[in-house]
Amino acid sequence: MAEEIRILLAHADQIDPAQAEDYIKVGGYKGLEKARGMTSKDLIEEVKKSGLRGRGGAGFNAGMKWSFVPPAEVKYVVCNLDEGEPGTYKDRIICEKNAQALIEGMAICGVAINAQQGYIYCRGEYPFVVDLLRKAIQSAKDVGALGDFDIEVRMGAGAYVCGEETALIESIEGHRGEPRFKPPFPGVAGLWGVPTVVNNVETFACLPYILTNGADCFASIGAPKYPGTKVLTLTGDVNNPTYFEVPTNYILSDVVYKLGGGVKNGRKFKAVQVGGTSGAFIPEQNLNTPIDFDSMSAIGAALGSGAVLVMDETRDIVDIVTRISKFFEHESCGKCNPCREGTFRCREIMEKINSGRATEADIDNLLLLARVMKRAALCGLGQAAPVPITSTIEHFGHEYRRKLLQYA
Amino acid sequence: MIKLTIDGKEIEVARGTMLLDACRQAGADIPTLCYDPDLRLAGSCRMCVVDVKGRPALVASCVAPAENGMVVQTESDDVVESRKIILELLAARHKFECPTCEKDGECKLQDYMYRYGVKESRYDGEGPHFGMEDPNPFIERDYDKCIMCTRCVRACDGITGAQAINVKDRGHHAKIAAPFDGKLADSTCVFCGQCIMVCPVGALSSKVAAGQGKPAQNKKVLTTCTYCGTGCTLELNVNNDRVVGVTSNRDENWSPVNKGALCVKGRFGWDFIHSPDRLTTPMIRENGGLRPASWDEALDFAAGKIKEIKEKYGPDSLAMFSSARVTNEENYLAQKLMRAVIGTNNVDHCARL
Amino acid sequence: MANYQDIIASCKDKKGGIIEAYHALQREFNYIPREAVAEAARVFGVSEAQAYGVATFYSYLSVEKRGKYIVRMCESAPCHVAGADKVLKAMEDYLGIKVGETTADGKFTLELTECVGQCQATPVITVNSQPVFNVSSEKIPEILSAYK
Ligand code: SF4
Ligand code: SF4
Ligand code: SF4
Ligand code: FES
Ligand code: FES
Repeated sequence: MAEEIRILLAHADQIDPAQAEDYIKVGGYKGLEKARGMTSKDLIEEVKKSGLRGRGGAGFNAGMKWSFVPPAEVKYVVCNLDEGEPGTYKDRIICEKNAQALIEGMAICGVAINAQQGYIYCRGEYPFVVDLLRKAIQSAKDVGALGDFDIEVRMGAGAYVCGEETALIESIEGHRGEPRFKPPFPGVAGLWGVPTVVNNVETFACLPYILTNGADCFASIGAPKYPGTKVLTLTGDVNNPTYFEVPTNYILSDVVYKLGGGVKNGRKFKAVQVGGTSGAFIPEQNLNTPIDFDSMSAIGAALGSGAVLVMDETRDIVDIVTRISKFFEHESCGKCNPCREGTFRCREIMEKINSGRATEADIDNLLLLARVMKRAALCGLGQAAPVPITSTIEHFGHEYRRKLLQYA
Repeated sequence: MIKLTIDGKEIEVARGTMLLDACRQAGADIPTLCYDPDLRLAGSCRMCVVDVKGRPALVASCVAPAENGMVVQTESDDVVESRKIILELLAARHKFECPTCEKDGECKLQDYMYRYGVKESRYDGEGPHFGMEDPNPFIERDYDKCIMCTRCVRACDGITGAQAINVKDRGHHAKIAAPFDGKLADSTCVFCGQCIMVCPVGALSSKVAAGQGKPAQNKKVLTTCTYCGTGCTLELNVNNDRVVGVTSNRDENWSPVNKGALCVKGRFGWDFIHSPDRLTTPMIRENGGLRPASWDEALDFAAGKIKEIKEKYGPDSLAMFSSARVTNEENYLAQKLMRAVIGTNNVDHCARL
Repeated sequence: MANYQDIIASCKDKKGGIIEAYHALQREFNYIPREAVAEAARVFGVSEAQAYGVATFYSYLSVEKRGKYIVRMCESAPCHVAGADKVLKAMEDYLGIKVGETTADGKFTLELTECVGQCQATPVITVNSQPVFNVSSEKIPEILSAYK
């Protein structure tokens, strides 16, 4: 099986995403209508039953997340469109091809948790997506599709950490995008202190399908424990560097060889990094793994944002990881010690190794630091930052050692 | 009440108790850098992490509510390793000048490095690189000793309400700054020095007290500030029978009025104490000039004059204006003197004007 | 040119909308002037220290004056493996400035950025946030000379 299954992108390029009418013509807003006819409890049950799990990275059951929201007068639905993982642009594609599905999905969530206001936090790198979404929301309002639900688009300003839900909330509130400690979780005390559901674009965009076609239908697609589809973005040394929507039981090697058309220039495969820059590097021997959340966890990787960066045999892993360590140094918010100082020292040591000035002791220091960051950092950024380092030392240790002083 | 096990000890705490307090209740000594009971929580230094059974990551105890059935280890290998490395990371950017540092002996970084045997940092790349701040007469900010706990920022906001400082930039380049990275004097800073009070290390210190005695050398004498009627408790730092500084005691029992908070006058305006220009005896005005007198002579002189006036013009020709700068007890005595001895109700007080 | 007070006032109804105001200011001035930070602090009811802290947190916001065109090189891993270093070098050579600097005529400011989400066409640069795809060191003079 090496076919795409398009749910989110079914009508890509056939409809104008800004126009609600276009979307309605292909069956849009039926899910929302159906949701409105259900009790909030039944609606949440339906979403739970679909098995939809958050596409933002944590992989938490969406319906479950909503069910934790306590009663309150004001609540918010927040969409995370801050996709900052390098190599990722699936949320942009979903918006550019099917913005109305996102809007409908947020409104469905609004019905489920009884919220009237939504926010879309769009990364500052996508001003054109902000414009598109504002038009699309207006159009949905004009045709009366949203009822009393309203959505405001807010723009980020270049901070990867704002992809973390509490940092994102801080940013919407107009603050420095520093993550909050949890608990309290946003579901209980989020935006401006009230219950807030934060989900990724892709998660919201699945909802219309689930409501229209039924939870069972969705649950039957892809991997049983992480059902549905996933939009992947392929980059690096492949013949076909573009985006795909595949069922979640799709095999990684098929992503590279079938969809990606194999490694470019007839070269041999070396490694693939899945999930964006915070993802693990996966060697050839693990390529036969399905991309779903749990299968990837089992090999010490994460599906994450669905970015797939392929590297051919000529690539210098240590150099790439050095670049990645600079990314994390640049993007650490600076709030907690392990991350603020840790990402800085990781970058220093990686540069030392990459430039042939390091010894075996530097690798030990790096691994020790990585361990502490994973365990003690405040948020996911600091916890995940060392993953590319540890996974490459594990699978490509010889490339590190080759650069050490004693072997140079 | 909820039950949990901490270092093998079962304890019971009220629901809503933070894990840090629960651990302390169980007798565990948890190191903290960013935690301050009087400030908004930050959960950022990660020194207070503990091991909670079943959790993949360590838990920062200062921001985690204790939960029923938790099994907690406060000094597991993972915890100790993490704390050591955090200290090494802080040490790597720290300018150690302990011998001449105002905080030497009362510095949390020193204490914890000692406790965990951190002699040096294995992260020996770029060292301290920020330098000093701000020409102002009161506050010394040495960025190269700052551990970025943001207690100063939170105190400036939460205790004083001045909001003069905040974090600027991000990541490793983040630092505490007044607006536009400018001078404190151009900001809303009121030079209360609450930031110095909460700083766990020697990054903030008093310029007025600099070089005159380290914490361990100074005797602390509790007294009441005489500048205004609020009655803040302050601590005179006394070294060799000289007042060499003022700090404050944050314990509510000792410092019920101000819980350690002071204003610029109380914290920095004490250097007059040993001024040679101060009067050391009462003075009596005579022939257009002042001459020194003994207390007995001066009091007799004043009492005589007051009696004279009272006899000649009656008690209501006299009035007493008292001051907020004396204590309640002294004010009580002052009005008593007027009412019972002089026989007038003409008493007033500057705080009423 | 709109003045900064009006720009900030136009955002004042957005709760917590100081970042929106900063974006609007940058669309006009390409950076956030000092007086505007102070004004935004007043309008949004936060301290100047906080308003300044926010303005310096985000990499797309700048409190330093910048050129008319802000050219950014994406240096995240996918662009890095596609040859971002060479493109950057070509831009530095063409503009005669280093990263973080502005040309003497005030036209170009050169900056680095992390992934801008256009990784289907690496390496990518952006000019005032508009992405330019599949750039190469050879194409740089042609691309940049189009900005007058
Ligand atoms: S002296 Fe007081 S007002 Fe000034 S920065 Fe420190 S805490 Fe804030
Ligand atoms: S100056 Fe002191 S209180 Fe302020 S952040 Fe630095 S170490 Fe903490
Ligand atoms: S702040 Fe502490 S560790 Fe640093 S120099 Fe002063 S006493 Fe030493
Ligand atoms: S004391 Fe708990 S995180 Fe700093
Ligand atoms: S990595 Fe450069 S645009 Fe995504």
